[in-house]
Amino acid sequence: MTWQKFENKGREWEEFYRQRWAYAKAIRSTHGVNCTGSCSWLIYVKDGIIITEMQALDYPTINEEIPPYEPRGCPRGASFSWYEYAPHRIKHPYIRKQLLKLWREELEKTKDPIKAWENIVEDPEKVKLYKENRGKGGFVRISWDEVEELVSAALIYTIKKYGPDRIAGFTPIPAMSMVSYAAGTRFLSLIGGVIMSFYDWYADLPIASPQVWGEQTDVPESADWFNSTYIIDWGTNIPQTRTPDAHFLSEVRYRGTKVVAISPDYAEYVKFADLWLHPKPGTDGALALAMAHVIAKEFHVDRQVKYFTEYLKKYTDAPFLVILEQQNGRVIPGRFLRASDIIENVINGEWKLVVYDTLKGRFVIPHGSIGFRWSDEKKWNLKLQDSLTGENIEPALTFLGIEDQRMMISLTRLDEKGFIEREIPVKLVKLANGKQICVTTVFDLLLANLGIKRGDLKGYPTSYDDDKPYTPAWQEKITGVPRDLVIQVAREFAKNAEDTNGKSMILVGAGVNHWFNSDLIYRAIITILMLIGAIGVNGGGWAHYVGQEKVRPFEGWQTIAFARDWMPATRFQNTTTWIYIHSDQWKYGSLTLDKLTPNNTLYKHPADYIVLAVKRGWTPFYPQFDKNPLNLSPENVIDKISSGEVGFAITDPDNPINFPRILFIWRANLLFSSGKGSEYILKHLLGTHNSVSNTEDAKDKMTEITWREPTPIGKLDLIVDLNFRMDSSALYSDIVLPAATWYEKYDISSTDMHTFVHPFQPAIDPPWEARNDWDIFVNLAKKFSEMASRYLNGKHKDVVYLPLFHDTPDEISQSLIEEELDPPYISAHLASKIIPKRNFGNLIVIERDYTKVYEMMISLGPLIRDKELLYVGIPVNYRKEYEELKEELGEIDDRPDIKEAKKVAEVILRLSGATNGEVSVKEYKQLEVKTGLNFSDLYEGISEIKIKFDDIIASPKRVIDSPIESGIVKGERTYNPFTFNIEYEVPWRTLSGRQHFYLDHPIIRELGEQLPIYAPPLEYNKVIKDKDTLVLRYLTPHGKWQIHSTFMDNLRMLTLFRGGPVIWLNEEDARSVGIKDNEWVEVFNENGVTVVRAVVSNRIPRGTAIMYHAQERTVYINESRLRGIIGGSHNAVTMVHIKPTWLIGGYAQFSYALNYYGAVGTQRDTIVAVRRWRT
Amino acid sequence: MKVMVQFAAVFNLDKCLGCHACSIACKNLWTNREGTEYMWWNNVETKPGPGYPNQWEDQDKWHGGWILTKDGKLKLAIGGRIARLLELFSNPYLPTIDDYYEPFTYTYSDLVKQDDGKQPVAKPISLISKKPIEIDKGPNWNDDLAGGTETILQDPNVKKLQDKIKTDFENAFMMYLPRICNHCLNPSCMAACPAGAIYKRVEDGIVLTDQQKCRGWRFCIAACPYKKVYYNWSTGKAEKCILCYPRIENGQPPACFQQCVGRIRYIGPVFYDADRVLWAVSAGDPKEIIDRHLEIILDPYDPDVVKNAKENGIDEDFIKTAQRTPVYKMMKVWRIALPLHPEYRTLPMVWYIPPLSPIVENMKISDEQIFPLVDQMRIPLEYLASLFTAGDVDRVKNVLKKLLALRIYQRYIRLHKNPPGWIFKETSLTEKDFEEMYKVLAIAKIEDRFVIPTAHKEKAIKMFEEEIAPEYGQGHRGMEIAAKKPRDLRLRA
Repeated sequence: MTWQKFENKGREWEEFYRQRWAYAKAIRSTHGVNCTGSCSWLIYVKDGIIITEMQALDYPTINEEIPPYEPRGCPRGASFSWYEYAPHRIKHPYIRKQLLKLWREELEKTKDPIKAWENIVEDPEKVKLYKENRGKGGFVRISWDEVEELVSAALIYTIKKYGPDRIAGFTPIPAMSMVSYAAGTRFLSLIGGVIMSFYDWYADLPIASPQVWGEQTDVPESADWFNSTYIIDWGTNIPQTRTPDAHFLSEVRYRGTKVVAISPDYAEYVKFADLWLHPKPGTDGALALAMAHVIAKEFHVDRQVKYFTEYLKKYTDAPFLVILEQQNGRVIPGRFLRASDIIENVINGEWKLVVYDTLKGRFVIPHGSIGFRWSDEKKWNLKLQDSLTGENIEPALTFLGIEDQRMMISLTRLDEKGFIEREIPVKLVKLANGKQICVTTVFDLLLANLGIKRGDLKGYPTSYDDDKPYTPAWQEKITGVPRDLVIQVAREFAKNAEDTNGKSMILVGAGVNHWFNSDLIYRAIITILMLIGAIGVNGGGWAHYVGQEKVRPFEGWQTIAFARDWMPATRFQNTTTWIYIHSDQWKYGSLTLDKLTPNNTLYKHPADYIVLAVKRGWTPFYPQFDKNPLNLSPENVIDKISSGEVGFAITDPDNPINFPRILFIWRANLLFSSGKGSEYILKHLLGTHNSVSNTEDAKDKMTEITWREPTPIGKLDLIVDLNFRMDSSALYSDIVLPAATWYEKYDISSTDMHTFVHPFQPAIDPPWEARNDWDIFVNLAKKFSEMASRYLNGKHKDVVYLPLFHDTPDEISQSLIEEELDPPYISAHLASKIIPKRNFGNLIVIERDYTKVYEMMISLGPLIRDKELLYVGIPVNYRKEYEELKEELGEIDDRPDIKEAKKVAEVILRLSGATNGEVSVKEYKQLEVKTGLNFSDLYEGISEIKIKFDDIIASPKRVIDSPIESGIVKGERTYNPFTFNIEYEVPWRTLSGRQHFYLDHPIIRELGEQLPIYAPPLEYNKVIKDKDTLVLRYLTPHGKWQIHSTFMDNLRMLTLFRGGPVIWLNEEDARSVGIKDNEWVEVFNENGVTVVRAVVSNRIPRGTAIMYHAQERTVYINESRLRGIIGGSHNAVTMVHIKPTWLIGGYAQFSYALNYYGAVGTQRDTIVAVRRWRT
Repeated sequence: MKVMVQFAAVFNLDKCLGCHACSIACKNLWTNREGTEYMWWNNVETKPGPGYPNQWEDQDKWHGGWILTKDGKLKLAIGGRIARLLELFSNPYLPTIDDYYEPFTYTYSDLVKQDDGKQPVAKPISLISKKPIEIDKGPNWNDDLAGGTETILQDPNVKKLQDKIKTDFENAFMMYLPRICNHCLNPSCMAACPAGAIYKRVEDGIVLTDQQKCRGWRFCIAACPYKKVYYNWSTGKAEKCILCYPRIENGQPPACFQQCVGRIRYIGPVFYDADRVLWAVSAGDPKEIIDRHLEIILDPYDPDVVKNAKENGIDEDFIKTAQRTPVYKMMKVWRIALPLHPEYRTLPMVWYIPPLSPIVENMKISDEQIFPLVDQMRIPLEYLASLFTAGDVDRVKNVLKKLLALRIYQRYIRLHKNPPGWIFKETSLTEKDFEEMYKVLAIAKIEDRFVIPTAHKEKAIKMFEEEIAPEYGQGHRGMEIAAKKPRDLRLRA
């Protein structure tokens, strides 16, 4: 037969392909990219060249019932080796040629680097020479020595002249490479610079999470999905953005789990669903509230499910009491009733809440409120006990049937700006001061808000078909989702939780979280989950997957990163307010408070709230004052602030003395990838070309900020970017330093998608002149310290202004109860007398010796040996570990040597409970003291476990439990947050110690957001429609061919789709204005313009444009014909908007911590115009 | 009966993420050389869509695969030997670079070097002409329904079913189809090669193009109905997926299998009866080909098969692994895997489990039902049948029903309820089957996904000694031969 022929011989040629596969070594490393994948890879090297990479398959198995984690990876990671030798790899230090010329001339002239820098930056003509050329090419090579001298000179001049708080650094996501993160933040912490946040700025921080749980974010590892029997995927594109985890979602279906997808477009994850709901973009809150309506009615009112009811009583604020107050003729829900209201002389009585005990028929103060956290009573626990008598209690969820009277209350609604009037049962309480007031339970308020009719209470919808908030019929006209489907999904989801004790899970992500009102949307979704007892249950709960990284070895990383071994405090900055103010986006104020709420508000302009928040110590802002903090005399600074002699920088940001001056960017693409309002950044911070066409019209809406004209152009003197590739931010920086790639350095990786830690290792040494991030900053510190001994000698007293921090006693600083009784309850104008913490932040003095920065950088400081430091509120001391590390790593002046990145990695592992059992045991024991609880079965036997760096080189290692985390992995369990709280009665770090439906801070009440309500997406900008122009809702989800901007310029990824940046349009929309597939289009509004190619498709809903975010402006982008300038990034058409509720602080869970609570940089609420590009 | 070994694969499309990690794994290893840039030995297509190369399934245009003559004889669709010889210098059925795409890169170094006072932009240039181009094609141009209705209608399967396919937003549907060389039992590429350069390895069934023998006639490219043989324009040779034999020989899965993050790929040796291949592909009705194909795939536990295999020189460990791999079960016992376009009559050995999909718009899932029924699902059954069963809708339906039954079975077990009787009756599957399917499809451990015995290289060494030893002299053959191996056999045309 000729048609089938077998050959046995003459096959020597087969060696050809065998030779191609041959390699010399394979080294374990990973990708330090902000994707939360944290995948372990093998990097193959042949002849000293990196040839390829493949996934490691050796993750430890969690248990035999669950699919293993292998292989973890995705096409983006798989294409990384392409970057290694790419033509735009940064091979040497580069500098903008105009700046180098100025520098050399001035240095030659002055022979004094500090003077040389001064001569450049204080001369407006000179700075213009290089600032207006930012982003326009013209890089030249510079040696490491010369560039280190220049940067050190700029730092020293700025510190001397303006202060260290004018120096900022941006780097995100420590978990993806914690040593590299720490390199720059440690240096900045040591000099007094500003560490900028990222999680809030990215709008990935689910601000509802700290609001509800006092927790930044804590989510199930992906293997835990396998324990669920009903999953709703709601706006997180699992296969596309959680690629290595997606198999758990596809596989759990074979376990009988139902999957529902909620997405406005036919997104990739819809593929795995049994049912697809497609609400209109941004209306998810309405859908969630209608689902909560159905669940509350059918599972809490029509009949009760014991598991659900008990859960609400013990683990949520549902039984806690809220004061009803009169305001403008309405009765509205006010603040929580406090112990101090009803009894005098209770320790921290303003911070303990009250329930009604049905056993004894009286008001009691149960254990667990935050007041107990910061007292020595050992009652910070969730036991249902009266804290005064120790008796068991049975909190009333509702007063219906035992009410003293009924009352019509007003609840804010934002879909139509106004109020909902609903009747509720109330009880009368006599206060300690003799006054009588009305209170009700959170549960009664919740049912009123959702519109669940009970008995003959008035003002409620009569059925699901009654078009009133928040019924299925009401949502139908907003979301477009048929009411029947809403009822069906809600019912099934709750029934599933009833059948399984809570194994119903909602996966959420950017699709719902990147909206301006994401806090309300998320609170609505979390309400569903709390109503069915799904939070804190394996296989159940809220699974937020966008930017939610987790540094598993947290304590060690934090110690190194913020130099806690040396410094008592660091200047942390919420990046959103920093960018909003310093890039002057606040001056283009299109979003005022009257557009957000029907209620009267303290201010009209959001920026005024920032002033209030900074002055009260709620949120940080740097520069802090209009004086150099090194020149303030600590003794009388408070008086000078009171008198106005020292002013807050936030009140006059356009004054040159308040400019930020130097910006470091590493491991990031700040200016565009996350740069909301990037064209404003180009204009005001960088001073180069831009496409802003907006007008500065906020002057009359402001009261607290000095208005200066003209608005400054190019505030930043120096931008230093560490990078391995010429990305958009590098292109617009002044100095670009060649960073080692992920295949060229030691580091550690972890994530919350799994529970392993694993290493980065160099497969080759950094090529050309590249250095790893740690070495770059260590070398800079060396040069800086040397120069400091000449130009910045001696000890300097740095007066540091700090906000009131979460997880410290400061979180119970400002109850605002007194102010409330004496309106206006809070004023931006400071009281005549400043009382730190009470009506102001914290002022501390840090002594700095700039000549010692290098020494401190490279050795582990003695503070962690000599003191107990708080980590997530738990005091830890490292005396033993300090000595161990000295022994193992070697000494520098009797301190552990951390000069090299690999040693830093070892320290991080050693100081953290998740990787060192001895530390974990210490932490558990400390928490036992605080809570009066016993955790011994959790920490028994773990003190022998010590994960070292060499161990994780061998294979990824699973972390161990510590009370820093809220989930439990012991016993081959998958990590699900809050299982520790549920199973061990440990309080959440909130006001009540429980999960909150209800929020009572005065600013939240001012907006009417005490309970989750529906707020429609913003329409802040106006775009004119004509016959050639589409006006579309602009969505910016995470893309398929990139991780943010990384890989977007990688040839492999560009080849696998359209070869450049694109925007997706509905095909009918496109046709209506003559746009064809793959045609260039202009996407624009008053914020700016971008010019990319159109992808038309039937999977996009009408009226919607999807531009996958962070496509680089460096590859295959076109010039705008409309604005006569190169098109920008996807952020060219966005701008920052601030909601006052994000700024509050000093108030239990609403207390500042970096990336924890703070303004978020949302970008979804944007409208764009799209039209054909014309030649 | 002549028992032969073949590495067979099953791709579970129900789990495919469409992520293309497989494609990159392959590209990094094999096709990042000059002349191969446009080749994607492994590619992933969004269906419905025209695929890569464009409309490869349109055999009216390409004449790939085999056809049956009126008298029941099997013949290459591109014509017989004489017809082909006449076309040696102008093969009418050969795709041009436009049917793939013109490979490109960018002027990346402008980003570092440009200095003209404007923002630099890396612009595309052709990797063939090195000149600036506008990009209007790619190997995955219509990913996730990009291009919309217009592109969907170019899908040859859709063309056949136009009235059954809706392309509005509400009825949008899609699936991913990862494709490699099928290492067919009846490879038309091999039959078409005038130089005899393509062969099927006796020890594992991998189909290879000998890079020394290939003369660049390119009949293989035309004859392969899957368009999985490519022309290296630099060497002038045909190249194709080699199933990563340098890895397989070491017991490792092909790179695209290891790198599959969706964990959808299974590989293992199966036995087939080489004597009945012609019989199998000669079925009159294309719908019968799958049954015949399954019939010649042999039960590795059957003592006769095992005996015959041993007699045929098949090693013990191949027998054991053929028994252990779930590939055989998925194909023949549970019958949940299907071949891609069986009507091409090449007997492809990469099979697919078709995907479930969400319920169609405006249909309702009843309260007791919980999951959509098979004929309520969004991807039209006719469409799947066009891909996998030569149009046999019932066969597709049966497969989907089994996947659905598995889900129902497991849900009832987890909720401590008795599963409904129909799931056993209508699928002929037992509790044990469901448990085992669950383990293979859901838990899907490495030892189930990749069952790969190492190559018996000791025999190859012996073979060298016996047959070509004189050329190399005496001594320790293995070491010596290794030392004398040609370093790089790449030949330029």
